[in-house]
This record gives sequence, C-alpha cells and structure tokens, in this order.
Amino acid sequence: MDCNIQIDMHKHSSTTTHEREKANRGMVLSRMPSRIAQIKLISRHTEVYEPCDDSFALVDALLADRTNLLEHRPTICMEVGCGSGYVITSLAIMLGQEVEGLHYFATDINPHAVRVTRETLEAHGVHAEVICDNLASGLERRLEGMIDVMVVNPPYVPTPEDEVGIDGIAAAWAGGENGRSVIDRILPVADKLLSHRGWLYMVTLTANNPGEICSNMRKKGYASRIVVQRSTEEESLHVIKFWRDADVQVQAREPIITDRRPPMSIMETLLSQLPQLPFWGSSRTRDGS
Amino acid sequence: MRLLTHNMLSSNIKGVANGFPLGLEVQKFVEKQVDFNPDFLKNMFPKIEWKALVTAAKTMGYAELPEEVESSMLESEDFLQKFHHALLELHLEEGALICPETGRRFAVTKGIPNMLLHEDEV
Repeated sequence: MDCNIQIDMHKHSSTTTHEREKANRGMVLSRMPSRIAQIKLISRHTEVYEPCDDSFALVDALLADRTNLLEHRPTICMEVGCGSGYVITSLAIMLGQEVEGLHYFATDINPHAVRVTRETLEAHGVHAEVICDNLASGLERRLEGMIDVMVVNPPYVPTPEDEVGIDGIAAAWAGGENGRSVIDRILPVADKLLSHRGWLYMVTLTANNPGEICSNMRKKGYASRIVVQRSTEEESLHVIKFWRDADVQVQAREPIITDRRPPMSIMETLLSQLPQLPFWGSSRTRDGS
Repeated sequence: MRLLTHNMLSSNIKGVANGFPLGLEVQKFVEKQVDFNPDFLKNMFPKIEWKALVTAAKTMGYAELPEEVESSMLESEDFLQKFHHALLELHLEEGALICPETGRRFAVTKGIPNMLLHEDEV
C-alpha cells in the first residue's frame, strides 16, 4: 500500500518514503554504514502498515538516545506491534546483536505483519524472535521483569471503539476513544515486562493526551521525557521515554494533597516540553492528585 | 523460533492454570550459527527453566545438556557452548507448540509461533 493512500487514514503526513529513501541512498553514496533499516529493504504486504512519519519519529528518538542505550547495556529488547519490522530492525542495527550479548523479541497481532517483519530482519542480516501475539499475552508470564528496552508505536488514531483490533492493517492504527484503547492496555503490560532498569519508548498523538499518560505512569513510579516532538499539518507526534524512578515512586505513594505540586524536576521536564498541552492541569484536577 | 523463545512462552488460554512448558511438535527444524557471548548466557541462566530446555532440546535431537545444573557450571566453557547451542542455535521452523493442560496446538509457521487465541479462549 502506498504511503500517500495511508495519509487518508490519518496516521501519517509530510515526510515521504521517497525522501527517506533519498536519505538512505545518501548514506550509501557517502559510504557511511547505514545505522538504521533501509527503506528499500523493508518487506511489504497490502495488509501491513508501511513505515511512515510515526515510525521515523520513533527510530529518530532511538537514534537520538543511542549513546544512552549503548551505555545502558540492555540484555533483552522488545517491540510490541512490529508491523513492517522497520523499528525493531533499526534498533538491532543500532545496538548490535548476539555478539554484543543482546536479544530481541517482536510481536504483532497481524499474522501478515510478523511474516513481513521476519523478511525485513533477514534482508538486513539481523535477528529478532518474532511472535504473532495479542500484545505479549503468551510471553507475559515468563518474561516478567526481563525487558530492558521496550519500543511501541501503538495504534493511536481516535476511531470508533468497534474498529479496535479488527483483522488486517486497521489494527495498526485504530485506537478507539481518544486513540487510547490499546495504549491503555499496553502500559500495564509494559509495567509488568520491564526490568527494574527498563526503558519504554512510545509514540503518542496530541489527541491521546500524553500529559495524562505521563501522569498515570508517574503513579506507577515512572519518570518521563519527550525524546522527539514532531508537528505536521495533520498531527503532532511525541515519542515519550519512560523509566522507573525511585523518587517518582515515593512522591506517587505519598498522601494526596489537593494543591500539591509534583516534583519540580518532572514539572519542569513536562512543562518545558509540553507547553501547549492545556490538559496537564485539568487531568491532575480530575485525578485529584 | 529459538528454544529461548520456547522457554519464555506459555499457554495463555483463559482458565489454564499451568500453561508451561508448551509441548513441541517438530516438523522441520534448522540449526543456525549464532555468535557466542558468555555474558548473555550468564545473564539468562537464572531465568531459564532448565528442565523445559533439556526436554525441548532432546525433542530437537540434541541430548548433550546435563539434566541437573548449578551456577558453578557457568565457569565451564564446554557447558556454556552446549547451553548456547541449545538456547540460540536450534530453531523450530515448522511445527506446533502444545498447551500442556488442554492439548491446544499453537502453530509454528516459518519459524513464527502463532499465540493468538480464539474468541472462546480469551
């Protein structure tokens, strides 16, 4: 499916696959080893979401944080909702493979997507264990507390609730009310799977109310930071990084005082990066925290 | 699908109390050479259900793993090489994973297990 067709489905916008391809070709011409997956090697299928702006934003966020990721020395990385395989392949190229002691899992609910992901991985000569699964249902029990890095580009587009999780490509974008149905199911799974030093990178849309997502995660003891923010005519994307933070946990457990301000560091982080998000205040009032 | 993945998957059918380990039905398996990293193996060792790995490796025709293990064995290069081979180099390409409680088959096609449940299993 052509990227432009998918613009009508509201999950994309301006940067075209063509521009990306040019960028990749530029890298080849300048004899730089490609640090991410190459568009021309991405496998395709009519029922599988092709890499577009949101995928590029997520990979750019991982690239921007690459030095931290390498220093973090993760053992197991995982992508939930791997689609074409563009993101997990890029991550594997960026951080290295078995020789560096890393292992990757990737899941998708779409049986076509997992096959395409496997082909994309193979085309780049990297490996991830690919599983067709509803989020991480079959892995949750045994992988609990073992994931050091999780990446998610969830179906975030606001749609009628009955479109969520239906067969085929629609599962890649249909996010239900405020685009939050799947996101709100993914976050507890991420919380369960992430190791004590685990990091989560997730793409969100302004309509998903990222301030409220960060606030909910803070109650579970996660600090957060916007790694990449990208605005287009159609949508404003944020890639948010979450990590467990002992101070946040203490704050979150303390008795609720109505006018209490959250820890300055978090307020500063979020307010400096989400100045245009008016729901930050309202969501906190509603939560009573 | 590597045996590491087999070791991390369990039957997620509603009402199943003991969904691990999944049985292995092997139609086709391949061996693929994977770079050896002792630190990865040492990191993973405490998290591996050893008996499930030994049984799975035997089903794939590899019977070199010791039945009983202790962490001191991680000092042995010979042991680490065997552990590495069983965990990462034996791939189930075609076959199925079998729920130990219900017998439900989860197909493995082109090396990818399909853990999706039917509506009445969720």
